[in-house]
Parts: sequence; structure tokens; C-alpha cells
Amino acid sequence: MVDTRETTYPGRLPRWGNADLVDCDVQVAVGSVDVLAPYLDQRWRDYLSESGVRAIDPHQYPKGAPISALPGSAPATGGPPGSDLGLLRAQVLDRWQARYAVLNCGFEISAIHNDDWALAMARAVNDWQAAEWLAPEPRLRASIVIPAQNPELAAAEIDRLAEHPGFVQVLLPVRAEAPLGKRRYWPIYAAAERHGLAVGIYAGGASGNPPTPVGWPSYYLEDYVCLSQAFQAQVVSLVSEGVFTKFPALRVVLIESGFTWLPALMWRFDKNWKGLRREVPWVDRPPSEIIRHHLRLTTQPLDEPGEPRQLIETIEQLGCDEMLLFATDFPHWQFDTEEGVLPSGLRPEVEHRILATNALETYRF
Amino acid sequence: MVATARKNRGPVVDCDIHNAVWPGALDPYLAKRWRRHGQLFGSRTHPGSLYPKGSPAAARHDAWPPSGRPPGGDLEFMRKQHLDPEGIEYGILNCLGPAGTQLNAEYSSALCRAVNEWQIAEWLEKEPRLRAGVAVPYEDAELAVKEIDRFADHPGFVQVLLIVRTAEPLGRRKYWKIYEAAERNNLPVGIHFGGGARGVPITASGWPSYYIEDHTDMAQAFQAHVVSLVCEGVFERFPGLRVVLIEGGFAWLPSLMWRLDKHWKRLKEEVPHLKRRPSDYIREHMWVTTQPIEEPHNPRHLLQVLDHLGGSDRVMFSTDYPHWDYDDPDRAFRVRLPEEDRRRIFAGNAKALYGLR
Repeated sequence: MVDTRETTYPGRLPRWGNADLVDCDVQVAVGSVDVLAPYLDQRWRDYLSESGVRAIDPHQYPKGAPISALPGSAPATGGPPGSDLGLLRAQVLDRWQARYAVLNCGFEISAIHNDDWALAMARAVNDWQAAEWLAPEPRLRASIVIPAQNPELAAAEIDRLAEHPGFVQVLLPVRAEAPLGKRRYWPIYAAAERHGLAVGIYAGGASGNPPTPVGWPSYYLEDYVCLSQAFQAQVVSLVSEGVFTKFPALRVVLIESGFTWLPALMWRFDKNWKGLRREVPWVDRPPSEIIRHHLRLTTQPLDEPGEPRQLIETIEQLGCDEMLLFATDFPHWQFDTEEGVLPSGLRPEVEHRILATNALETYRF
Repeated sequence: MVATARKNRGPVVDCDIHNAVWPGALDPYLAKRWRRHGQLFGSRTHPGSLYPKGSPAAARHDAWPPSGRPPGGDLEFMRKQHLDPEGIEYGILNCLGPAGTQLNAEYSSALCRAVNEWQIAEWLEKEPRLRAGVAVPYEDAELAVKEIDRFADHPGFVQVLLIVRTAEPLGRRKYWKIYEAAERNNLPVGIHFGGGARGVPITASGWPSYYIEDHTDMAQAFQAHVVSLVCEGVFERFPGLRVVLIEGGFAWLPSLMWRLDKHWKRLKEEVPHLKRRPSDYIREHMWVTTQPIEEPHNPRHLLQVLDHLGGSDRVMFSTDYPHWDYDDPDRAFRVRLPEEDRRRIFAGNAKALYGLR
């Protein structure tokens, strides 16, 4: 059967002309751990082969589920979607005429509870990204994968790679072992701030905590939808713990989080802050001011109200034109129509900010 | 002095008032065996966290009755401080407390029965403006059904009361008998802020540090239940079921409907029991109460929220008396509502849902 679905997948929209564009969320996948062998010490190569580990896959994206992979994004030679540079060039960089694309590798280091092994795998993924993606393709930038479960090791890994100009971001899982504002994570923020790196929180993590405040849901649909709640809690944690007071130059990007929930959260959070701010005296401004200054969010998946006007109104409710970063979320299959890429009806200067300016101001390209 | 504005504003139905159990209040309604159990072992709920509230008993500073009872524990004082001056035509009592989430299911059942009998004797029979939710041991559906069937015929009980931090998402099968009983007895199911948590952290990455986080993040527990109730097909199975989200906020609901609809389109093969869009079930089966009402920086954005919800017909005013985060009927809305919306939100929707007349 001929798969014709890809033909409905849009590319660069005509109304953008030659406008600058940065894709802030392109997912690269490692696939088999064999790919990492050249970047691992003998000890860890032996460990993987002796224990029969073929891949690190906590099943964040069920392989067959239609959201997980755009038709045509899996390489014919094998390997998962997002593992082939040639396809990524054609389907992202050329198709969207992107000046830059930021790679986010969701390799699930957070599922590894052995600190030494976690560090070894993170280093290997980073060296693999530098050698096999950044070196051959100057339009790509990448995110540093870290063993967040041990922030001191994580900070050292950030320091090791910070001089490499291709790395622009440090990745943390939204489903972490603890709320990301907590002090144990601060060495990571100190390192990121020191080197001018953004901190990206991605839609993954295998902490073992239930994904909702009321336990484990039954369906993948629920799991994916409820990710936005995990992001909400991280925003609340980062602000309440005073991370941005301590690290005033820090920028945090929420990746694949959705964003239409943010106005309601800011309103609720500001109201609570009025009543409870004595508990968190270092939060010296309304939380929404801190959020608008330090937080950025990628555009996919884009929520789709029945009336597109409502999406435009919600973007205006953010109260800040600098927060949204264009993304395709390749190779995840998030949209079929032009309206699903970015809503029509944005003011042109806002649209250009979303397409590139906000990213250029967020990342050290 | 009652402000003129209050006299002019028309009747108010307050969909969230808390009547508090004072020490010893339940003793007359508990068997000797359970009174002894309470004295020896007390309440056992394993909440997993301690977040001191913004004030003692989470109460308004002025809500402590001179009688020495806890805030919300003195009907005469509640009348004087709240029901009379605010012009409350009807008030819905949501009795919080650990009765429904005891780890010992039989004790939970006994406590809930006592709470319900105490509510009849001390509140419903003494004050015709008040209605109440049936307390149930919601982690054991069969025992919960007994309470629902026992009290449903009393005209003072107008809903079944659950507390939001349940052990599992409320769409899961273990809770279905509760919905069957609620539907059979024509009672809405109210889900209120707070609860026992059963050791599940309030965030997907564990326990946050502060009460401001616990309180702000509570909206996410409501969101998870909305997602679960819809995705599990509860409203297909119980088409007469009505669910009220109490003290969870509501400005997040349009965003959640859009997100659910979007991903359902892509993933609907996983949930073939859903016959309509998720937002269709939400609009038909779910109500929200207003407090703590979100306060947009541009007050007119609240009108956009109502529009994004699909109208004001599922929104019901509440104060949360006597708690610290109380919303005043005259100040909660910082934007002028169109008259018809105002009447619906402040009285009409609740009267229709709860059959108040």
C-alpha cells in the first residue's frame, strides 16, 4: 500500500517569504547503543554487551503510535526516525529553509540509576552529536545531554563541552526525580549561566513518579496530554525556589510542552503569590513577571481550538511577544495543515519574532 | 454595614462553604468500637507531605467563632458572618476532612456515615439555606455506594463529594460504581480541592518545597481527572453523570479541551470507546466553581475565557468560606459581566444543577 500521508504535511508557509527561521525542536534519536560504541570506553562497551543492552528506550513514544513519527521520517536503511542526517536535511533544514535547527536528543539518561553509567552514556551521546551531526552540518546546533540525577557530574559534563560552539542548550527531563527548582539542581544552572547556555526542559524523563498528581492513568493519550501538567509544575518550582533570583541570566526553554495553559497558570500563580509570598520572600515580583522574562516555549504541539481566533487571543494573553519559539518537533507528527503550523492572524512582527528573533535572542548561535 | 452594592446584586448561591467538624462532634454518631479506634489509632491517611497552610486552619483571620469552635464549625457565627450579610440564598456545604480517605476502609465508612448524620442534625435541619455533599469512603467504591444509597433521599444532600487527591485517576474502573450510584440517585459528583494524596506526589517529578506550589499545582490534579474521566469513557457508560470541579480554578479548561481534542484526533484508535470529541463530553458533563478565580492582568481576558469555555452555563460562583483564599462576591470578578452571564454564574446554573428551589 502506498503511504500518501506525507503529502499533506506542510512545509515553509508562503506568507513567510524569505523570513529568517529557526527550528527550535528537532529530535534526534540514537537507536541502537551500537551507534555509541565508538564514543564509549571499553569498560562500558563490555558492560553493554555482557548485559545484553541493545537500546535505552523507556517507551516515551510508542513506536507504532501515529504521533511518534511523521510518515517517511524513518530511514530506509533501518534505525528510528530522527537518526539519519540526510533525511533531516531534506525534511527539516531544506523543507523549512531553516537558518538553524536545535537538536534535542531524548536519549533517556534519567532511566539509568547508576551514576557512572549514566555519565558514560551522556558523554557518548554528546560526542556522537558533535561528531556525526554538528561537524558535518553547519546549520545544526545541539543540546547537551546530562546525568541530571547527579548534578555535580552533570555540571562537569556541561563544562567539558561548553567551549564547543555547536552546543547551545542543556537538556533536563520534565519528569525528573525532583522538582527542578530544588537546590540540588543548582550546579546545573550555575554551569549553564556561566557558559551562556539555555536550559531546555524536554517532554520526557523516567523518574518513576506517576505522571499525574493522582497516580497512573491507563492510556498513552492521557500520558501525553498530561505532560503539560508536568511542565506547569516545573514552572511553579523554578519560580518558587528562587532559581531566577539566584541565576538572573538564566533562560529556560520548555520543549514540546504546549503553551496555551500558561496564561491561566500565571493568573493563578500571581493570585496565590499575593496571599502567600511571605513563604517565598525571594520571589520579589509577581511570578508572571519572572516567567515572562526567563521562560521560553516551543510552538509544537500547537493546541487547536475550534476557532483559530481563540488561539490568537490566547497568545495575546501571554502578555509578551518574546516567549514563543518556532518548532516542528520533527520527526513527531504534530500537524497536517498550515493552520497547524502557526495560526493565521498573528501580527507580522509577532510572527517574525516567533519564527526567528526570539530564538536568536535565547540561544548563543 | 452591608454595602449598597450587595443589596442590589441579587441572590447568590455559594457553591463552596466549609462546615468543620469540631472536636467530639462525631462521637454521638460513631459506634463505641470506632470511637475507641479513633482514640487509640486516630486518623491514618499517609498523605506523604506536610505543607503548613498560609494561616491556621487555612482560615480567614476573622473566621474564628467566639464560641471556641474551629472556623466553619459554628452555624450561628456562619450565619452572622457569611450567610446573612452576603445574601446567600443557598450554600453548598463541602465538609472536608480525612473521613473519605482513611487507609482502613471500614473506619473510613464509619466516619463518613457519622459525618453525614452529623450534617443532617447540626446543619441541614437547622438551616434551610444549606445543602450538603454526601461524604463517602471513595477509595472503596462498594462501601461508598452504601453511603450514597443511604443518604440520597434526604433532600438536603445534593451531590456526592470526592476530594481531588485520590489514589488513582478518577476515570479508572475502581470508581465506576460510585458513578453508577450517583447517576441512579440523580446526584452530581463534586470533586473538591485537597485530600489524602495516598503518597502520590503532586507533581510528576516528586514533592515540591512550598505550600504556594502545592496550592498552585492542585489545578493539575483536577486536569488529570478531567483527562481520565473523558479518556476512560465514563460519560459514555454513565450518560446521566454530572461532575463538578470545586476550587480547582477553570481558566485552564479551554486549553485542556484544545489539547485533548488535538491529540485524540491522532490517537483515537487507542480509545475507540469515545464516540465524540473530548471537549464535547466536557461541555456536556462538567461544571466548575469559580473560587479561587483566576485574575487576568487584563480583566477583560476573563470574558475571553468564558467565551473559550463555550459560554457561562457551566460556571458557578463560590466563596470557599471560611478559608484564607476566600473570594468575595462583590470583588471576585474584576470585569463587568453581561447581566445574563452574571445571573447564571451567581445563581441560575447552581439552582438548575442542584435542583434548588
